[in-house]
Amino acid sequence: MTKTYPKASRPSLDNVSVSIEKGEFVFFIGPSGSGKSTIIKMLLHEVAPNKGRVVVNGKDVTSMRSWKRPHFRRSIGCVFQDFRLLPNRTAYENVAFALEVIGKTKAVARRVVPEVLELVGLGGKEHRYPHELSGGEQQRVAVARAFVNRPLILLADEPTGNLDPDTSIEIMRLLDRINRTGTTVVMVTHDSNIVNQMRRRVVEIESGRIVRDQARGVYG
Amino acid sequence: MRVKYVLSEVLVGLWRNVTMSIAMIITMAVSLTMLGASGLMYRQVDDMKDLYYKNIEVSIFLTQEVTEQERTDLQTKLDSDPLVKDVLYVNKDEAYKRFKEMYQDAPDLVNAVKPDQLPEAFRLKLNNPEQYKDVYDQYKDTAGVEEIIDQSRLLDKIFNILTSIQNIALAAAVVMAIAALLLVANTIQVAAYSKRREVAVMKLVGASNWFIQAPFVLEAVVAGLIGSLLGLVALVAAKYLLFDGSLSALQGLLSPITWGDILFIFPLMAGVGGLVSAGTAWITLRFYLRV
Repeated sequence: MTKTYPKASRPSLDNVSVSIEKGEFVFFIGPSGSGKSTIIKMLLHEVAPNKGRVVVNGKDVTSMRSWKRPHFRRSIGCVFQDFRLLPNRTAYENVAFALEVIGKTKAVARRVVPEVLELVGLGGKEHRYPHELSGGEQQRVAVARAFVNRPLILLADEPTGNLDPDTSIEIMRLLDRINRTGTTVVMVTHDSNIVNQMRRRVVEIESGRIVRDQARGVYG
Repeated sequence: MRVKYVLSEVLVGLWRNVTMSIAMIITMAVSLTMLGASGLMYRQVDDMKDLYYKNIEVSIFLTQEVTEQERTDLQTKLDSDPLVKDVLYVNKDEAYKRFKEMYQDAPDLVNAVKPDQLPEAFRLKLNNPEQYKDVYDQYKDTAGVEEIIDQSRLLDKIFNILTSIQNIALAAAVVMAIAALLLVANTIQVAAYSKRREVAVMKLVGASNWFIQAPFVLEAVVAGLIGSLLGLVALVAAKYLLFDGSLSALQGLLSPITWGDILFIFPLMAGVGGLVSAGTAWITLRFYLRV
């Protein structure tokens, strides 16, 4: 597929073709501006390619109408570099919020949220506010929020970008554990340390083209 | 739970930006009061037209030199005219009697006029008072006719004034409505901005569009409905203080505004207030949240 943003001199993604199997763990690496984030945006149906198709969970989302987007997004979890937690809600409330706004009852939240907070290693810190948590703990809350609805795919856009190396590795262990439950994990990063340690599939992008696709790859 | 969530979001939203909410409600109330007043006047003018035009008369005054023959000819013509409902002949004596009654406060005038000098006349009631012009054209050149006078011309002037007052009220309603619309749009933008984090998360995890929009739209609708309630209060106060108070001397002239009229106009105000706010909020959100 190809994506050119308006006013851009060259395409952000130029004739890129990539296929990710269910249950895979894939790193997208490459320098800033190489087009990694555009891939995430396409998978989220935030931008559409100018040419080519995007197929997610067996469904062609290229021409999906925007009113179908909310329902589509419920099968995808998302984690970002800046956590995107709600500062005036506790860890529990942040995770429960994601359930309640898609119509799950409070009773469901009461059953599921403590479970998933336990899974990400935040048992006992449910009622802390984001500012009372460390960066790594905040990212765990974000992962819990992304995972609480048991999505088929977890997208992580530089999830360790704001964290120190040790904390980063803990987050990666967590993502690995989530991957072992059968969830496909797609992670965009330029943290070479992590890529080298994990030894998973690596897709390297440069100037909008795939320059490497390696099964048990390392960084550069 | 979702209904409760949405309702509490609405109240929190109105309270968070309370000065703006008040401004929005006040402009909305003034605009809707104007709209309601102009609606009431519309009914009022209609009622008055019915009342007055039903009793309107056209007078055909005859010349002093009119002959017996001309008078009977005119009478038969009028009697058979389909435009005319009723014909009443007023001879000089009766005209004089009426004249004396009308000017009983001015005996000098009455003494100066002899019964002879007053013209005989036919007083007509028309089937349709608006066809006065046809009657006028038909009889103005008939032998023995001096002048044809139509009361509806005077009434037309009065109703023209009433109609322009009504139009002014309507124009004021529209101008205030524009101000109210801009305030609604602004309030919704501020509300959406202050909740941008929540909205971003909701979009991310796949909350449905209506669920994201509903609190904002309802916030505007609630403001619109409160505005229309205040408008109702204003109209009730206007009836109580103006029509039943200082203007009560004009009661015979103006047809009365009943409580029923006001209650009848309220759903219109509430409907316009609610729908216009909802529409504005929705359009604002489409641009601002792009949901």
